[in-house]
Amino acid sequence: MQAVPTLEALMLGKLDWSAIPFDQPIPLIAGGVVLVAILAVLIWVVVKGHLPYLWHEWITSVDHKRIGVMYILLASVMLLRGGSDAIMMRIQQAIAYQSQGYLPPEHYNQIFSAHGTIMIFFVAMPFVIGLMNLVVPLQLGVRDVAFPTLNSVGFWLTATGALLVNLSLVIGEFARTGWLAFPPLSELSYSPGVGVDYYAWSLQISGVGTLVAGINLVTTVLKLRTKGMNYLRMPMFCWTTLASNLLIVAAFPILTATLAMLLLDRYLGFHFFTNEAGGNVMMFMNLIWAWGHPEVYILVLPAFGIFSEVVSTFSGKALFGYRSMVLATMAICVISFMVWLHHFFTMGAGPDVNAIFGIASMIIAVPTGVKIYNWLFTMYGGRIRFATPMLWAVGFMVTFIIGGLTGVLVAVPPADFMLHNSMFLVAHFHNVIIGGVLFGAFAGFEYWFPKAFGFRLDERWGKLAFWFTFTGFWITFVPLYAAGMLGMTRRLQHYNVAEWRPWMIVAAIGMAVLSIGVICQIMQLVVSIRNREALRDRTGDPWDGRSLEWATSSPPPVFNFAFHPDVRGEDAYWDMKIAAQQQSLEHDVPEYQDIEMPRNSPTGFVCAFFATIMGFALIWHIWWMVILGGIGAFATFVVFAWRDHDEYVIPAAEVAAIDRVNLEERRSLVSMAGAI
Amino acid sequence: MSMTATAGRAHADPHHIGLVIEHPGPAPKRTVTAYGFWVFLLSDIVMFSCFFAAYAVLVNQTADGPKGSEIFEQRNVAIETVCLLLSSFTCGMASIAADVRNRFWFYLGMAVTCVLGLIFLAIEFREFADLVSRGYGPSRSAFLSAFFSLVGCHGLHVSAGVLWLLTMMAQVFAKGFRADVLRRMMCFALFWHALDIIWVGVFSVVYLLGGGA
Amino acid sequence: MNLLDPQGPVAAANSTILVDSVFIMLAIVVPTIVAIVAFAFWFRASNTRARFQPDFVYSGRVEMVVWSIPALTVILLGGVAWIGSHQLDPRAPVPGTGSPVRIQAVSLDWKWLFIYPDQRIATVNSLTIPAGAELNFQLTSSSVMNVFFIPQLGSMIYTMNGMVTNLNLRADNEGKLQGLSAHFSGDGFPDMMFDVNVVSPLSFPDWVATTAKTDAVLNEDSYKKLMQQGIEKGRPTYRLDDPRLFDLIATQHIPPGPGPELVSDAGRSHTGGVDAR
Repeated sequence: MQAVPTLEALMLGKLDWSAIPFDQPIPLIAGGVVLVAILAVLIWVVVKGHLPYLWHEWITSVDHKRIGVMYILLASVMLLRGGSDAIMMRIQQAIAYQSQGYLPPEHYNQIFSAHGTIMIFFVAMPFVIGLMNLVVPLQLGVRDVAFPTLNSVGFWLTATGALLVNLSLVIGEFARTGWLAFPPLSELSYSPGVGVDYYAWSLQISGVGTLVAGINLVTTVLKLRTKGMNYLRMPMFCWTTLASNLLIVAAFPILTATLAMLLLDRYLGFHFFTNEAGGNVMMFMNLIWAWGHPEVYILVLPAFGIFSEVVSTFSGKALFGYRSMVLATMAICVISFMVWLHHFFTMGAGPDVNAIFGIASMIIAVPTGVKIYNWLFTMYGGRIRFATPMLWAVGFMVTFIIGGLTGVLVAVPPADFMLHNSMFLVAHFHNVIIGGVLFGAFAGFEYWFPKAFGFRLDERWGKLAFWFTFTGFWITFVPLYAAGMLGMTRRLQHYNVAEWRPWMIVAAIGMAVLSIGVICQIMQLVVSIRNREALRDRTGDPWDGRSLEWATSSPPPVFNFAFHPDVRGEDAYWDMKIAAQQQSLEHDVPEYQDIEMPRNSPTGFVCAFFATIMGFALIWHIWWMVILGGIGAFATFVVFAWRDHDEYVIPAAEVAAIDRVNLEERRSLVSMAGAI
Repeated sequence: MSMTATAGRAHADPHHIGLVIEHPGPAPKRTVTAYGFWVFLLSDIVMFSCFFAAYAVLVNQTADGPKGSEIFEQRNVAIETVCLLLSSFTCGMASIAADVRNRFWFYLGMAVTCVLGLIFLAIEFREFADLVSRGYGPSRSAFLSAFFSLVGCHGLHVSAGVLWLLTMMAQVFAKGFRADVLRRMMCFALFWHALDIIWVGVFSVVYLLGGGA
Repeated sequence: MNLLDPQGPVAAANSTILVDSVFIMLAIVVPTIVAIVAFAFWFRASNTRARFQPDFVYSGRVEMVVWSIPALTVILLGGVAWIGSHQLDPRAPVPGTGSPVRIQAVSLDWKWLFIYPDQRIATVNSLTIPAGAELNFQLTSSSVMNVFFIPQLGSMIYTMNGMVTNLNLRADNEGKLQGLSAHFSGDGFPDMMFDVNVVSPLSFPDWVATTAKTDAVLNEDSYKKLMQQGIEKGRPTYRLDDPRLFDLIATQHIPPGPGPELVSDAGRSHTGGVDAR
């Protein structure tokens, strides 16, 4: 029978010194280094007196551009973490032939679980959400998103999730179940440690953040558009943002519910997915993939949007077949909800079910193929400038087609009967996620960086980064395709099949090349920041762009636009440029007005602080702290609701002063171009 | 960068025929807030539908424990339903009172809504406590897990709603019918009505279908 | 373990479909990639010979073509998928010579148990089958999910506790193959590889007779010992006590295998992997 809990158990729950992995040097040292680095940065910030600036201008900011930048920063930092996991896995598989390698299974299993979780939830998601946040209001010609403060809450909750995942490195452990934590392995009887709890709670908390971001962006696109910005005049990126966020709103609650069921099983002895008392593991498979498959499109659709912008801008043409692209985007959005079963053809469903879901999955390839062809014909007859974003775009098109091919292949049930869960599958989804989402994120990063910071990135390092990443990608993942064809399954900590080994070694070499690509990208950032004066973008339109984000200065003023632009067609900014030339630059002197903007608010940060406390306490069963965190979060919202002034006014004179500077720069450049 | 915007218009698409109605610009705040909250409610309904689906899958997995018909008490559920439906009505009264800025009717409407909500919660709590004490807690069988989660999830929503309701009353008391308070009141009303709709689903799927068998 | 070196009709059909699908798709993928590279190269800004056509942003004919090419490919492949799924349904028997062999495979933490109910024998991590015979597999799991997969014989299927899944295969050539679990199942997962010995139909009865002479007996008790978490390096064989053992496992009359350690009464369990092993 239950003994009376000790005071220690009441105060600390399951937490004690054995949670710190003193006997496992790798996570301990890694965690220690990260901790020291964070402390060093914090001390530097405080000593240099940057703290007030950071607090007022960034941490409490509700400006969509700042929040977008912070999302991307979070994604980039987590990319390094997830990337280190990848390097460790590749090295392990390269040397663990007929040996245990250097990572014991309990550690290796945490690494591949963390790698998947981090790369999807804390790299890909924040990266695309960050870009959408940064760009979409600008493209729509408005001053902010629909719910600026909630936007900040969403970001900080995502950061909370990331923090908890990294905390598991030094306190306790992470899940050893794979990135989707399939029961019954993830149930308490087979995973008694806190790993799965870390996994589930960080995803629950960041999931709320993602849902908030999704609601925010859906409402922004549907309800906040500038004058004349009809649906069929929106830039392609806005369309894909809409589709992607509709998917977030419809799919993330499924994840929340599924993880809630798993947590109920683990914490309160429910029987949703247990082996006992009638639990059903197949239900987990269905639910998690009903979220998981749309998730893939949540990530890749914004990337498609980025490529549409990039290809059309750098080809000097409008996007070919705009309406066709809109149709294809929305078709993908809808069909992506009807294909989840292709993730488990081998579970024993009948041939009819398998075939129907297989064919439904292939049908997605049709609109996707149409998109590829439309980009192709956008290039046709263009004047293509191969700046770094365009390199990523072309690299993507080539890579993604192969990924699509192997994807359709595993959608054929009899082929999947051989390839399911194999290294071939691993290669396939890296092919579409790296080749699609990550290349897209990088293209968007290079493309919009000048808009966010006012200077361009160094092209030489950017191109080097592209070529190393592109080459490294192929050297890493072609061997995995090959290993899959040799029957190698995923998540093997060691193996004794000789024919797999050479491929694993080549893949590890590829990983090294890929890492050089990442280093080049870091170098690019360093070099560009150093040369920022030379790379300064004075016009706000460094690429000869076509949509409204280029119609304002770089970086844009806090209010984005002095006036809501009046849109008359697709490619709104391009039309304005032409109109400006035809009217030989006669501008009316505009009458500036006061602008109301939302005030900054620490709500997001404080709320995330309490969410972190609550998440940590839940993981370690420290119940008093859970209650404390819950009350704190609620109180934060009440305090927020109680404030009397939620907006501040920028006087017309100030708006005028800021706007005129940019107009002068632009006019001088346009007249120069006109003179030639 | 030079601007070589000499040619290349986007209007080559021949389908731009006839009048295009120009988009009037960003919507007013009230519309935006309501719209966003509707989107949230839809996502909440998706979450509930997962629990409904789980219930449907697990309803026969009783693991030799009780079936639904053996534990549901139709009389209590009927009282619960009446409470919730009435509370929707009084919540509507409070909304109208807020719109015409009538404090008395607002407080009265909200207070009655609150009491009805609390009665609902009390009955549900008693039902749960009773089941647990008879050994039919959620860990008895997969069916009971699904039942407790579905009904409990709705109950949690109602509890959160009551908390929100009290906060709204306090806010009207402190701040009056300010524009942002009215917007929140509108969201609260939407939330409360949505809970009602979900309860109709719970009532039909769990108690009506399960009780009769 | 080469998938393209099939040793049975199912694997042969699977890999044929695999290869055919790749070629069908390559027929449009290769020209598309060539076109991408060619267009990107020819229409580079520095090429003065390329004609700049900024107004080429819509063409009904091109749209027609770009929607039909992938659509036609998918119709073709969809046919392949439909027919293939039905012909290669893992539940459909694969006729062979001689009498069919019934094998009940149970995935344990972390080893494979193969029960031959008709021969009343059982083996661990080693599957012996006669060449050319129809093989009916019944699959279940003692604890967590796994996937039963012999790459060169084709079609993999999940094993789940409390459920029975079916798989039908045939091995055509004598020799040694390897099988594995294709679904991660915990720390000992990499050691879930098993030997597959395809023997001649004539020597199969001999092997059965030899195995039946084993001292070790598989019954409920020895099964419960076997299902404790651990790695089996050897290839133990058993005489089967009760031919209904598999049904007892699949219907959970024998409860699911335990996890790494029993959670103590205060609900405290330590973290870290070391003590979990």
